[in-house]
Amino acid sequence: MSWFIRSKTPKEKLKVRRINIPEGLWLKCDSCREIIYRSELDRNLKVCPKCNYHHRMNAFERIDLLIDDGTFSDIDSNISSEDPLRFRDVKRYKERLRTYTKKTGLRDAVVCGKGTLNGIKVQMCVMDFGFMGGSMGSVVGEKVTRAIERAVSKRDPLIAVSCSGGARMQEGILSLMQMAKTSSALSELYEAKVPYISVLTDPVTGGVTASFAMLGDIIIAEPGTLIGFAGPRVIEQTIKQKLPEGFQRSEFLLEHGMLDMIIHRKDLKKTISNILNLLI
Amino acid sequence: MAGQYLDFEEPIIELEKKIAELKDISKNNGIDFSREIRRLHKKANRLKKHLLSKLTRWQRTQLARHPARPYAMDYINLMCKDFVELHGDRHFGDCHSIIGGIARLEEWSVFIIGHQKGRELKEKMYRNFGMPQPEGYRKALRLMQLAEKFGKPIITLLDTPGAYPGIGAEERGQAEAIARNLLEMSNLSVPIIAVIIGEGGSGGALALGVGDRVLMLENSVYSVISPEGCAAILWEDCKKVEEAAESLCLTADDLFKLSVIDEIVKEPLGGAHKNIEATASILRRVLRRHLKELLSISSKSLVFQRKRKFRRMGVFSE
Ligand SMILES: [Zn+2]
Repeated sequence: MSWFIRSKTPKEKLKVRRINIPEGLWLKCDSCREIIYRSELDRNLKVCPKCNYHHRMNAFERIDLLIDDGTFSDIDSNISSEDPLRFRDVKRYKERLRTYTKKTGLRDAVVCGKGTLNGIKVQMCVMDFGFMGGSMGSVVGEKVTRAIERAVSKRDPLIAVSCSGGARMQEGILSLMQMAKTSSALSELYEAKVPYISVLTDPVTGGVTASFAMLGDIIIAEPGTLIGFAGPRVIEQTIKQKLPEGFQRSEFLLEHGMLDMIIHRKDLKKTISNILNLLI
Repeated sequence: MAGQYLDFEEPIIELEKKIAELKDISKNNGIDFSREIRRLHKKANRLKKHLLSKLTRWQRTQLARHPARPYAMDYINLMCKDFVELHGDRHFGDCHSIIGGIARLEEWSVFIIGHQKGRELKEKMYRNFGMPQPEGYRKALRLMQLAEKFGKPIITLLDTPGAYPGIGAEERGQAEAIARNLLEMSNLSVPIIAVIIGEGGSGGALALGVGDRVLMLENSVYSVISPEGCAAILWEDCKKVEEAAESLCLTADDLFKLSVIDEIVKEPLGGAHKNIEATASILRRVLRRHLKELLSISSKSLVFQRKRKFRRMGVFSE
């Protein structure tokens, strides 16, 4: 693979592998399949200059985008999974964890911490799809819950940027319980009347959507983000019909009243700071 | 319902047939087979105990989905009096996969809400195979908030393959409906007892599952994903359901060991479907004990303890 991803796999399959943007001067946009300069894409906050597709950001790129330079402190980064079920499929869970830690430099699929956003003190949770598809197990649940609790006690607004395929199967029922744990913690934040802004980035499905991601006081999505409870393939298999164009994309959800707004990545920071300034 | 059984139940069914035959013969011919019948009964009981104690997790899953297993409405009818079913979410519609209403259970009036599956094909379709739409979760929440308003305890009966994956369900915010229930249930000021009676299928089950007590019937399962779904994704092979079920640790025993549930409710020999009345009466007694305990706790500490219970869930190191 010299210049760009050369592949005959259908669009759906390619998207799953979107994280593997090859090192090189050029790459092919996963959405419009046009060839674009890597440097141009990076300058453009990873948004395709041809079709406006918002390519995935990792957690620290997202933090750089939203948090004022030099103000972020990473909290609870030492929490890691214990493999409570000693889960193994074709691979051991422990092995998978090691592989993804090596690949991403993270211990799990979320980075939490505090910083300022245009001068406003905030608590942040940013999910990283590169770590096991941003799946939520005990570590993600615990870190998000602690961030919520910090937001309550410090009265700092909470911003959660979701990017997740859902609950982490390898932790079984304990992953499912993280949905209850995070949602229950949010009820305290509601009572404290501290703002919670949920930002949805491509994709957000399953257990993360069905817990803290859809519980924001204000819910913002990036353009074209896949948002749903069930994934499109599962739905297609169940109902045995083709899904309508644009189904489960942010524009579709906005039209159905599930989101407050769709914001281009370049405007995300100033939109959030504007909302927070109006609320607090 | 007779004639519906699983592979591993076959030896039990054989013995039960033999007993029935002997009873028939002695009735018709006046021959006394009572000793023989007693012997076979004992044998059948031993066999039931033996077979059910060594079920694999996949077999347990099949038992949890047994076509003759009692459903929410069976328990309501057998455990409660004066059930008044309530309908609708007041926004869009009435979901038939979740039923709920007010009823008398022992000395209390309670709100009782559960997933409902169907028996015959027509009813199965009417109940959408126990897979709720968002309206179901919103109806459940509406009823739970009514319970809070009138200070009545809530009992939920969980039994679903999962929330329905469909176009309409997504359009109307399946994820939001589930998430909202999780948040609101954690905050309700009345006692909540959640019982997994059959299949606890992922978020679609959990959306009725944030209780002060979470109980599981002995042969029920509760999992983040079905063994079928897990096999398809992680093994990329739909036939690996047995391995997936083993790995997922989804039985009542597993969940008790993981501190996710508070108690395992024993089923009659051979499983709940072998004696529905006995199962309902066991469950009624267990519910009574928990209700008594919970009703003596102030609503403030009830909510505090419920939140703390779910706050502690998860295993990690730091
Ligand atoms: Zn493009």
